[in-house]
Amino acid sequence: MLKKWIHRAKKYEFLFSELVKRDFKQKYKRTSLGMLWSILSPLMTLLVMKIVFTEFFGRDTPHYTTYLFSGNLVMAFYKEATKNGMNSLVSNRKIIDKINIPKYLFLLSKNVSALVNFLITLVVYFLFCAFDGIVFGPRMLILLYPIITLTVMNIGIGMILSALFVFFQDMRYLYDVFLTLLTYLSAIFYRVDRFSESIQSLFLLNPVYANIKYFRTVVIDGVIPSPAYHLLLLFYAFFFLILGGMIYKKYNREFIYYL
Amino acid sequence: MSKSAIECNDVSIRYKTGNIKSAGLKDFVIKRMTGKIKVKEFWADKHITFSLEKGDMLGIVGTNGAGKSTLLKAVTGILAPASGTVKTRGNIAALLELSSGFDMDLTVRENAYLRGAMLGYTREFMDQKYDEIIEFAELEKFQDYTFNQLSSGMKSRLAFSIACLINPEIIILDEVLSVGDGAFRKKSAEKMKEILNGGITGILVSHSISQVRDLCNKILWIDHGNQIIFSDDAEYVCNAYEEFLATKKLPHNEEEIKALADAFEVRHAKSMREETKKETERILKILQEGETEPAVEAALAVLRQNRPEALKAAYRKMI
Repeated sequence: MLKKWIHRAKKYEFLFSELVKRDFKQKYKRTSLGMLWSILSPLMTLLVMKIVFTEFFGRDTPHYTTYLFSGNLVMAFYKEATKNGMNSLVSNRKIIDKINIPKYLFLLSKNVSALVNFLITLVVYFLFCAFDGIVFGPRMLILLYPIITLTVMNIGIGMILSALFVFFQDMRYLYDVFLTLLTYLSAIFYRVDRFSESIQSLFLLNPVYANIKYFRTVVIDGVIPSPAYHLLLLFYAFFFLILGGMIYKKYNREFIYYL
Repeated sequence: MSKSAIECNDVSIRYKTGNIKSAGLKDFVIKRMTGKIKVKEFWADKHITFSLEKGDMLGIVGTNGAGKSTLLKAVTGILAPASGTVKTRGNIAALLELSSGFDMDLTVRENAYLRGAMLGYTREFMDQKYDEIIEFAELEKFQDYTFNQLSSGMKSRLAFSIACLINPEIIILDEVLSVGDGAFRKKSAEKMKEILNGGITGILVSHSISQVRDLCNKILWIDHGNQIIFSDDAEYVCNAYEEFLATKKLPHNEEEIKALADAFEVRHAKSMREETKKETERILKILQEGETEPAVEAALAVLRQNRPEALKAAYRKMI
């Protein structure tokens, strides 16, 4: 089994790296701003939010800039990875229709480019944390954990969405609406401790919020979340990955009729 | 284990269409609730059986919608057959609609590597072959242009060069034998001939019967998904198929195929005779009424080359 996977990885390594390169180039379209754009865009969002919301929510929130940025950072990663992931089958229909290659490669390459983008923004995030008076320590290393669970979850959700998008063409619009709702439900600019305990725990049903909260707990509060919390993130990651994987396995041969 | 390069055993392929295709999710939910979902399935290919040894060239003929392209998709592994098995041995290069699947934002160089990777080649191999590919495609000056900036002829030239210069073991041609403008068309046709004569195993789908006659040693005729015949005698089946195209009489067994092939021979011989007769009359006219010597000379020269039998017949009548 393992041998088979290693053989496969070797076989498709070249194709995969070419696909990742292509996704990057598509994204920046050789503009002169290029990669700089992936730094500027979240900064502008942050700036606007900071100006607008400080008055309402920021007065009594310590490190409000970091609070906002944590939310934006995670949300932007989730959005980019899942939206591009959703497109991965449909936008490559011409290739899938002609050449027999594993379909998940397209999805994975989109996720890799989203991840790289995220890591660039993460550097800027840490710079802002330093300005905001956050004390750095070895605890920051544990942020690798939510980054991994989030990436795995993005891949799983991307699988589900890309399969749905093959069958239903209005998925794009429905998912946009859903994303807007999800953004408001993810406590990006407001605090949840105004709500009662039971409602606060309802927020944790939102996997994106769960990851955002992890970031804030570690960075702002300087505390490492409980083992149960780690399990929750792990559960979300594998729940979506397994669900997505099952859908891909089941419909792998069906996609071609609808593409 | 057999040594066949391609083996299709009793392959049937089901294709799905219906009103859920390209509908939206809201549509789907409503139709689901009202029970109006209809998935239509039809058999694109039924019980197709053939096998090719290494070096064989198979021609697939059949009218539009016969299931030829669907069958090719099963051979390349894009579609899974509903029943039956397809076995292939070796690297497959499919030249189905050459220039689709390129990315418009990438340069010629990047697209070449991407395409090579998709066809299953290694980076080292592409590094080795890249210059040769660009040279053959005559795109040396355009290597760093993006695809948006190229003409469609240039794109298909690149596609053709990549597919042909990487020496696949099995080649699949769907109506593509040569591309580009005059000079390149000649070059690509020559390259194709060279590849096909080099012991490659291949499948050719073509509406040009003369191409099939020229290139193929085996032939498969399908009609609306049904296998009419698979044979080693390409010439014979081509005859029958051409007769079918003329008369629209679909054969149902060996005898009827033979009858078609015989009818074709008869018709062919007849039309040859008629043509000879017509030419003969024309020559007679020229010879009898020709006023200037050079005109007669020229006519005779042409005829000597093209239709010696008509010329002979004309001479005999003159005498």
